[in-house]
Amino acid sequence: MAKQKFARGVAVVGAGMSKFGAFPDRTSRDLFVEAFLEMKGTVDKGLDPGQIEAFYLGNFSSDQFEKQAHLAPIVASWVGLSPIPAMRVEDACASGGVALREAALAIASGMYDVVLVGGLEKMTDLPIAEVTEALATAADTQFEIPAGFTFPGFYAAMATAYLDQYDASPQALAHVSIKNHENGALNDKAQFGQRIADIMASKKARAEQKGLPVPEWKDELEFLADPKGNPNIAWPMSLFDCSPVSDGGVAVLLVAEEIAFRYTDSPIYIIGSGQASDGALTDRATLSHIPAAVEAGQQAYQMAGIGPQDIDFAEVHDCFTIAEIMATEDLGFFPRGEGWKAAMSGKTARDGEHPINTSGGLKAKGHPVGASGVGQVVEVWKQLRGVAGERQLPGNPRRGLTHNVGGSGQTCVVHIFERRD
Amino acid sequence: MTSFQLTSKEFYTALGQDRLIGSRCLDCGHISAPQRQICPTCHSDRQEVIEFDGKGTLAAFTVVSVPPTHMAVAGYGAKNPYCVGIVTLQEGARVCAQILDVDVHAPHTIRIGTPLVMTTIERGEGETRKKYLAFEPA
Ligand SMILES: [Zn+2]
Repeated sequence: MAKQKFARGVAVVGAGMSKFGAFPDRTSRDLFVEAFLEMKGTVDKGLDPGQIEAFYLGNFSSDQFEKQAHLAPIVASWVGLSPIPAMRVEDACASGGVALREAALAIASGMYDVVLVGGLEKMTDLPIAEVTEALATAADTQFEIPAGFTFPGFYAAMATAYLDQYDASPQALAHVSIKNHENGALNDKAQFGQRIADIMASKKARAEQKGLPVPEWKDELEFLADPKGNPNIAWPMSLFDCSPVSDGGVAVLLVAEEIAFRYTDSPIYIIGSGQASDGALTDRATLSHIPAAVEAGQQAYQMAGIGPQDIDFAEVHDCFTIAEIMATEDLGFFPRGEGWKAAMSGKTARDGEHPINTSGGLKAKGHPVGASGVGQVVEVWKQLRGVAGERQLPGNPRRGLTHNVGGSGQTCVVHIFERRD
Repeated sequence: MTSFQLTSKEFYTALGQDRLIGSRCLDCGHISAPQRQICPTCHSDRQEVIEFDGKGTLAAFTVVSVPPTHMAVAGYGAKNPYCVGIVTLQEGARVCAQILDVDVHAPHTIRIGTPLVMTTIERGEGETRKKYLAFEPA
């Protein structure tokens, strides 16, 4: 077995993203241009794009969403990078995280010194039924989908297994949603800039305006428990348990460690990288956690020579609320069966002992699927450089982790980033 | 022994005859559902098709109110949700299946561990109409 370390170091020296949301007037390439220009502006000592040697684009399915395959060279051309090699990386919702890893491996191999990583998805052009169909192709379309499963359904099923196994309170799921909306409200790139309490207030105001009976939710938990405010999607996953359908683009610049200081005096180093695959849900020994996430996390920790206790904060793949709770256990932040309690007691809040998804996560920031894994890196970049604004974590965080899942856990990719000043 | 092949489409051929098939590894005994040509545990390509007896327990489930198109066409939706789950067969393998005859309007009454028996449900119209795997309480 190889020793699973980079043959040379890799650093992040620039990171930018478009706003996430629904943008009917713009195509994916426009969103990527926005992200690319912001990334360029974050390179402290400036970037001559002519120095970029290769482009790895995380994109799940532009062919289904925009009827445009072969997206990477088009996007590369649109930001002026032809004729460099440009390739699309697809591992469902983990496409972005895997593109990042492939780009890092290309630098670590010695092949390139400067590589652009993209994450991009334009999902909102299609009607919702077709979006659902497109996402379903990330599952096993021969055996899982014909049975009647949907993506919310997979995670809902894992939720029933988790809640049953640990006798957990389903209210923990609501706490994840409330917390991620709180964080998203402080992120100007987030699709949802509203706290759940704000959403309740505007629903009450709208009812009053229309002369309808004003709902009497006494707090967020009561609102989230009301099917009129929070309808069932796939029980026990309701609307506010699910990440939205989103458009968004992200650009991150990776360089070889030995030349990082040409670009900035404060590079962020990739000190751990892990990736694993798995079969369908039915092939796994457990349904209450994601084995590929455990495996990818262990690889990343081993490469970094650290453990979960050394991570200051993490961006995890909360495509559904239960996914965040499972992730906090799979990554070792909490023991098995304790993640739901941590979510309820505020341990994963910005002022908790393990801040999770300070960006708002996929839930509030948005989930343009192929972009999400790269979007997580933008938050880590901001937090480690102390430029996360109102949601900046105190105490000069030193290490951040990203956890990006494809499908219902058929792919998981984990990265650990470190600031060294 | 059955006359079915190890290739993946045979699963639905068998289901069309109300039979649930999988495979057993002739080297390590691992049981797969659906059937496979290569063992996911020991890498052996010596596999035989087996037929399950159709008994199992509910391992995980959901009640879907926002269905995919093929389920919406079959009449499901917010007012008529359906249950789909993962069933652990008594032989050990797991399968995805629609779960019939449970109270989809009170999902908290559906219990993990419920003993189930196999059945099938027909969905689709005309040429696309075929039998899909389903289970119901034993
Ligand atoms: Zn075997």
